Amino acid sequence: MMSEYNAKKIKSANDEWEIIIGLEVHAQIITNLKLFSNGAAEFRKEANHKLDLLDIGLPGTLPVINRMAVDQAIKTGLALNATINKRSIFDRKNYFYPDLPLGYQISQFKDPIVSEGFINIDISDSKTKTIKIERLHLEQDAGKSLHDQSPDKTFIDYNRAGVALMEIVSYPDLSDWEEAGNYLTKLRSILRFVNTCDGNMEEGSLRCDANVSVRKPNEPLGTRCEIKNLNSIKNLMKAIEYEATRQVTVLEGGNKIIQETRLFDTNSGKTKTMRSKEEAHDYRYFPDPDLLPLELTDKRIEDISKTLPELPDDLKIRLLNQYGLSAYDARVISSDQGTTEYFEVLSNNRDAKQAANWIITNLFGKLNDSGKSIKDSPIDAKELGKLLDLINKQIISNKIAKEVFEEMFTSGKSAATIIEKKGLKQISNTDEIEGIVDKIISSNEKQKKQYQSGNTKVLGWFVGQVMKETKGQANPSVVNKVIIDKLKK
Amino acid sequence: MTNIMNADIKNIIKAIANKEYSVEELVNDFIKKIDKLDKFNLVSEKLYDEAILQAKKADAKKKEDRLPLEGIPIAVKDIFCTEGNKTSASSNILKNFKAPYESTVTQSLKNAGAIIICKTNMDEFAMGSASDTCNLGNVINPWTKDFSKPLTPGGSSGGSAGIMAASGACFSLGTDTGGSIRQPASFCGVVGIKPTYGRCSRFGIIAFASSLDQAGPFTKNVEDGALALTHMVSYDKKDSTTSMEKMPDLFKNLKNGVRGLKIGIPKQYDIEGIPSEIKDLWNKGKKILEKLGAEIIDISLPHTKYALPTYYIIAPAEASANLARYDGVKYGYRSKNKFEDLNEMYCKTRGEGFGKEVKRRLLIGTYVLSSGYYDAYYLHAQKVRRRIIEDFDNAFNKIDLILTPTAPSDAFMIGEKTEDPISMYLNDIFTVPSSLAGLPALSLPGAMSDNGRPLGLQLIGNTFCEDLLLRGAYAIEQEICFKNEPPLGNL
Repeated sequence: MMSEYNAKKIKSANDEWEIIIGLEVHAQIITNLKLFSNGAAEFRKEANHKLDLLDIGLPGTLPVINRMAVDQAIKTGLALNATINKRSIFDRKNYFYPDLPLGYQISQFKDPIVSEGFINIDISDSKTKTIKIERLHLEQDAGKSLHDQSPDKTFIDYNRAGVALMEIVSYPDLSDWEEAGNYLTKLRSILRFVNTCDGNMEEGSLRCDANVSVRKPNEPLGTRCEIKNLNSIKNLMKAIEYEATRQVTVLEGGNKIIQETRLFDTNSGKTKTMRSKEEAHDYRYFPDPDLLPLELTDKRIEDISKTLPELPDDLKIRLLNQYGLSAYDARVISSDQGTTEYFEVLSNNRDAKQAANWIITNLFGKLNDSGKSIKDSPIDAKELGKLLDLINKQIISNKIAKEVFEEMFTSGKSAATIIEKKGLKQISNTDEIEGIVDKIISSNEKQKKQYQSGNTKVLGWFVGQVMKETKGQANPSVVNKVIIDKLKK
Repeated sequence: MTNIMNADIKNIIKAIANKEYSVEELVNDFIKKIDKLDKFNLVSEKLYDEAILQAKKADAKKKEDRLPLEGIPIAVKDIFCTEGNKTSASSNILKNFKAPYESTVTQSLKNAGAIIICKTNMDEFAMGSASDTCNLGNVINPWTKDFSKPLTPGGSSGGSAGIMAASGACFSLGTDTGGSIRQPASFCGVVGIKPTYGRCSRFGIIAFASSLDQAGPFTKNVEDGALALTHMVSYDKKDSTTSMEKMPDLFKNLKNGVRGLKIGIPKQYDIEGIPSEIKDLWNKGKKILEKLGAEIIDISLPHTKYALPTYYIIAPAEASANLARYDGVKYGYRSKNKFEDLNEMYCKTRGEGFGKEVKRRLLIGTYVLSSGYYDAYYLHAQKVRRRIIEDFDNAFNKIDLILTPTAPSDAFMIGEKTEDPISMYLNDIFTVPSSLAGLPALSLPGAMSDNGRPLGLQLIGNTFCEDLLLRGAYAIEQEICFKNEPPLGNL
């Protein structure tokens, strides 16, 4: 597919509007402890469990940086082709809210740990686009206010308070909702490759805010709105599409866009005002005097860079070159480490395209239906490989293979066992097939004559009859050959 | 030993070791003493039961198991969290707050065998210079002669300074942000030491201004100060701003005199309008040092005049964030009055829970950090702070110690400056610059004012040079021989 790529635009009667999008992504760092305390950072149902003194802001308690969280941020920064700043500063972001135990969030404002990186996204099978990343900084998560536990009281769960987050901010380089979705998918895949965030959007370990504005081509940037807390890639895309369209409607109606923060309502599919710029907080950022500037040595950065795995872009190129996969297949396989591992086992000594195909078409379908990841697949790569071998040795047909595959997925049994038990072995024995074909032709003289008088379409009908008779086990190419031979006589 | 409570700590330790005195007797003596001091309002909470229990345990110990400060009763400023006791920083917003943890400094002292006998009153959240913002009422200086005109002990560590003046503990703990140990030490006629920023862990000390707060001891004399400080300092992984720099042995050269030392006299501290008796004391200090063989060198600290405004931007800015956690949500005071929504709960809780001076500083701090004012105030103040540090760095290339007065006046009457915050803030004029630079400094009693109140001399040392600082102070102390005691009558 070599079609020219164009970003989507909002079209109205008279104009075409461009969309400008920047994303802010909050990624929860994989580490056992919180960013500045020894509170447990695991996901728990029980509220206020294993909290540290700092997690509820007790007087006289002090933040102490979690080394692993810093290492994870460095690793992520390297994977995003970014600059690791050897000196970064933690700032206090001041605002009052009950789930913010200190009355300020410890974040990084002017001097983040990581700046100026980029991600390549695929915008068509042949084209990639570079999305620049402005910064990645470390900050604390807030707790959670529970309003549904009592009619007149609010409860607070501080389990999440102080959990280590990376905020990853892109430049406004994204031009439509599909690019935005692509970017977030790619970012999530990189985070998972380097194992710094599990990327689970449902549990909130990956969250996204989108800054959206529209303009006519060659005009200056329009006023932007920020859409908060988009909790899935699908919602991100829907929200941007809605918001861009809304802004165009407002502008074409002769009105102005008001800079504000908006929320996406998943039920209505609309965005609505959360707070205007006037209501926005003055966060009064200033360097946190409880923490010294974070100084990193070259050695520490180097040591971490040595632990980087093969990243999606390099991997994709290798899949293209080493296995001759199509651009599409290579992109899909390289988007996930588990898939790549699966593919590399499956394609070992087999046809790589066939392997990729089976993963993308059949395995992904079943995994999606059952909500499983490839790592939890009931059919491991070796077992699927045995199934492919049976196809390639013509012991079963592709059609039967799909049936066997379904059975394997549900029962976890091997292909050989299922085939044996159900007697699904392909009939390639010419004598056996000839017998069946003879029987069918002799009892269907009318169709035989039709064929002989030139209606070759009826051949398919005969094949169908044989397949019916053999419950699909007859080798189709043998069947074809035998029928043609017999009908010609 | 008849008057053990006035003895040096090392002699008290000796007396206990020789069984001339039991720890229990010692603790009971101090308890009796403290009870007699009630009218000075020095104490926020008496911890007698626990102290007696600890005393009995100490007495039961074998000689070889005794710790270096075994059985030594101490008084602790109510800003140090002590496990299971009330810790309120003299604020209603933390009234009845009991910490389930122990500050690192008090833990270190407990580990060394010290016994906490009481917690002491202070300015609310250590914001003040007269201990007149305390939620439990004004703290009164034991040097007060006429109770109709009570004197301030200074602040913010007024209770801890006062209790030492009245010999109510072997030593006491304070914290110093802009002078809160040294100024009350001067007003109460005791030794007060602020070590280098980063020497004492701030863990468990209720924060006022994080980049300035430091713990330190009040003692009757310099040698006791060396002993107390030795057991207070430590690198602490719970406080990222503590230093790994090893503390020099404070006793090794303590009594080696000042011969050959270079003492800087900063001309900018010779401020117009300070009483002549303060200038006289300063000259007396110079002369003593000269006589003892030190070289007196005039120095310049050109940015001194900006120190006070700089301090009154940085400290409130940090405080405005440090005190944001007292919001009525998690612990401490929450307004008992009706509130309609969250915002009203915050306003009422903080409005009722904080005193006037705290509110003033929170407003200043919030203002100087606000968008549009940040660069002009906070950022500018940070730059000036750097210059002040450079002033001291340059000076310490040429000198070993700096000698100045501790405060611009003797103890004033309670209420005299309450309504005039600027004149109150001027109390810190000599102590604030070294605080901004994080330098170790101390105040030791130097003379009596014409009004019959103590006056202190301040020595400032270079970063991490507490040994030299105490050595200089010891030499001056031996010459001055300050033996005056507050007029406590037969208390």
